[in-house]
Amino acid sequence: MPEKYHIETKPVPPRRPRIGKYGIIDWREDCARCHNCVKKACVYDRHRDEIKYIRNMEDVDALFFDCMGCFSCVQECTKNLLRLSINPEYQKLGNDYWTPQIIQTTWLQAETAKIPVSGAGYGGRFSGYGFDSMWTDMSEIVRPTRDGIHGREYISTAVDIGKKNSFLVMKDGKLSTDIPPIISTPMPVIIDMMPENYALPMLDAVIPETAYRTELIALIDSKKWPSGSADSDKYLPHIAFYFSADAPLLPPGIIRKTALAEIENSDNVNLRIKELKEINPDIVVSVRVELNGEGIRRAVELSGSGVEVIHVVADTNGKQTGVKDPLFIKDMIRIIHKSLIETGRRDDVTLISGGGIALPEHVAKALICGTDLVSIELPLLAALECHLCSVCAGEKSCPAKIRDAGFEYSAGRMTNLIAAWHDQMVELMGAMGIRDARRLRGDVGRAMFFEQLEEETFGKLFGTRKQA
Amino acid sequence: MANFLEHENRLESIIPENTLKTRTIQHIENRTIKPVPPRYRNEMGKYITSRDEEKCIKCGKCAEICPQGVHVRKPGYKYFSEPKNHLCFGNKCEEKGCCCVTACPVGALKVEVNPMMEVLGDYRWTPEMILATWKMAETGDVPSEDYGLEYETGNSGGGFDRLRFKFPEKTAKHLKPEDIDTSLQLNRKNDGRPNIKIDVPWYGGGMSFGSVSNTTQLSKARAAVAWNTFTCTGEGGYMERMRPYDDHVITQVATGLFGVREETIQRVPIVEFKYAQGAKPGLGGHLLGDKNTAAVAMMRGTIAGIPLFSPFPFHSVYSIEDHMKQIDWIKHINRRALISSKVSTPNDVDMVAVGSYSAGTHIIHIDGGYGGTGAAPEIAKKNIAMPIEYAIPKVHNFLAAEGVRDGVTLIASGGIRNPYDMAKAIALGADGVVVGTMEMIALGCVRCGRCSAGRGCPRSIATTDKKLAPKIDLEWGAQRLINTYNAWRNELVRILIRLGLGSVSELRGRSDLLMHLDYNNDMEQNHEK
Repeated sequence: MPEKYHIETKPVPPRRPRIGKYGIIDWREDCARCHNCVKKACVYDRHRDEIKYIRNMEDVDALFFDCMGCFSCVQECTKNLLRLSINPEYQKLGNDYWTPQIIQTTWLQAETAKIPVSGAGYGGRFSGYGFDSMWTDMSEIVRPTRDGIHGREYISTAVDIGKKNSFLVMKDGKLSTDIPPIISTPMPVIIDMMPENYALPMLDAVIPETAYRTELIALIDSKKWPSGSADSDKYLPHIAFYFSADAPLLPPGIIRKTALAEIENSDNVNLRIKELKEINPDIVVSVRVELNGEGIRRAVELSGSGVEVIHVVADTNGKQTGVKDPLFIKDMIRIIHKSLIETGRRDDVTLISGGGIALPEHVAKALICGTDLVSIELPLLAALECHLCSVCAGEKSCPAKIRDAGFEYSAGRMTNLIAAWHDQMVELMGAMGIRDARRLRGDVGRAMFFEQLEEETFGKLFGTRKQA
Repeated sequence: MANFLEHENRLESIIPENTLKTRTIQHIENRTIKPVPPRYRNEMGKYITSRDEEKCIKCGKCAEICPQGVHVRKPGYKYFSEPKNHLCFGNKCEEKGCCCVTACPVGALKVEVNPMMEVLGDYRWTPEMILATWKMAETGDVPSEDYGLEYETGNSGGGFDRLRFKFPEKTAKHLKPEDIDTSLQLNRKNDGRPNIKIDVPWYGGGMSFGSVSNTTQLSKARAAVAWNTFTCTGEGGYMERMRPYDDHVITQVATGLFGVREETIQRVPIVEFKYAQGAKPGLGGHLLGDKNTAAVAMMRGTIAGIPLFSPFPFHSVYSIEDHMKQIDWIKHINRRALISSKVSTPNDVDMVAVGSYSAGTHIIHIDGGYGGTGAAPEIAKKNIAMPIEYAIPKVHNFLAAEGVRDGVTLIASGGIRNPYDMAKAIALGADGVVVGTMEMIALGCVRCGRCSAGRGCPRSIATTDKKLAPKIDLEWGAQRLINTYNAWRNELVRILIRLGLGSVSELRGRSDLLMHLDYNNDMEQNHEK
């Protein structure tokens, strides 16, 4: 059995004042100063610890925002002076796609490296946009069932990057098939470059360290190398350089130490791949294709031209770019995957998909839709308490002051987040009865899609669905 | 088979003792409906009234005109007490001519929607649904329309929240509430085991020792006795204090087999196999070391302080044949017990149900993903397995197609929040439902989701903390649940009368009585009478 994949984590507390979901409104002027003030009975000691909160002038509001929303003090105050409200700062986090809830759960995971757990059932929408319109399956009595997360079997999240031969040829008792280079990564995730408006210089040193600690691969723009006091021998096995069409190749000594490289989509990708392979025959080369109006077609086309890895990238909200009615990443993955199967080339190429991967369930769901692995960027930035307000350009306006974040803090939080994601992947896979992430690719039988369930259930009962 | 019990009596000398009768004297609880005031001083309502003390001339007209008694001035006092906002009808009073705002000669009063309605609850349990359930627990009936509480549907945007009944314009006059039959038969196998019938088509969900307080558990048990239905021990053992309720208790055999003993199996009329639970299907359970107190450890037969894992799945069950062996095992230990199999809702839940039927289960209990539990990973609650609204018709139709639908009782749970959800579930094909969260809400839960954190539930429901748990009085808790059950039954009876049905069993599978707001409802549904 391979060595168990394990990420070392330790709690990394936040640097900035917390932004809670709730706020307590306290009408103190009418207070009767009861000796048995209800505040003393707070189960979480929020009111009792008031003085501790007030000592830290920068975090003085935290008292109100650390409220757990149990309404006990609100309902017990003799003068009915306390109210609960939703914290407006909380509502301002993120955007329509990167909801405040996503950002807050990311912060929590980056701090603790633990799986978020809560009680009282699910309180969210029935289904929703994008990845929220599918559910993952679980295996019950009638199917051969794998042991779950507490069972005896090791659930592997490892996947391969590179071309896989569909058969081997033996000649005179020896293998005559060329075995193309292949990379194994312990999680179906690679760390992508930050979008331009979020690309803070301090991340250039932190991301390789995170990749090193989590044994993943991070994509780094070749133009940004070398960054800071990077320890090449330590980091290069975990780095894949991205070469834009006009970027010169890095010195051969550097390229030989990397296992993966990525090049910009252009008309002469094969030439570029050849150049890289001449320097390092064992390197796997990926072609980055933007999912614009032409993206899907181009990805399928590339698979027929001998490209080993295609990295398709939607915008940060998972949407197709430059078209009027953009498709979502999940649907684009399904189209590409299906086309590759129809052309019989699915195993000739590894598909990496990025854009809109915001939660760990998105990784599993994207794999089910047909990608081999996903690329992530913004979740790692959110791990640093980023609000995703995209005002990074203005040096002083960043509410999370990410420029001042320390190396250890940043790498620690990013590592914690990836560890928490890994554990959640294992939870989902355990429930599905899948013990190998490679088997999850394209296995739509392990998922249930909203449209399909609606048609099978309510369509049979209530006829045609109204157009949205 | 019909003479099974007689045959069994002859075998009394070789079968385990106490399988045919309960030894403990059973608790009697009357089905009396009594008003139970809210536990908190400032009960929340949909509306709040505010008084401008500088303008108010203390004339008392507001108190005189308000039929609800929102404004209270104690005798001998000049100033008014805190208004009882939870009784306020809001703008409805204006139509009725009893509005305090218009009656006030100096315009000192204001009524507005409580801003805290934005904070309370969530998409599934909307604030209005929570407040309405509190009202049911308080009064024993659903709140009148005047309160303006929309509790029939939530705001989740799918499933039950988009289904509506197609009520005929005219109500069937021959049907009287007292004639409506809401009972549910649990044994349809005709296998000689008792034909257990409960008076209402629901029973209480499993909540283990440790996950909720003693008071909560006993309140549930007393409500089950009063309504001749059941409550469930959940995983982790059967407390001695539950013995006076044995005849209304379902005990659970879960994957960890914690607290499962022959003696506890023999006490009860129904034994439930928990294969999975809807909130965390396929993940099993994990009791944190801190929660494994001496009392818990003793009952579970473990050492205190050690975290306990209930693995997924049953390591002795990897096929329907294995499942059958498990059922036979329990059936042998307790010759009068009915067997329930609780499973979650995977893609092939219909196959699971038929398999379980063939293995000899009496009750198939499907638990959908949106139900509650003490603690579950958020990723599991949101993503794993299908919502119950899809699973019910899938299982119902498959059982019918296999010709075994009338040989098994189909129970649905996981997101049944109000009497309308229950009726919709039955119309989609279930025989009855299991409720859990609604009981917690009736006891004052606000769904803050902190059941598992630190000392546990700040509302004193799901906690064993020595200071918190005693805040709920047993009489109070039991009466709140008895009242809520009454409200549910009353509303179910009203629904059945409006649909022209004389019994709840006639509603089963009548999806032709439903419509979906997102569909054109242009499908002809034939109902075979």
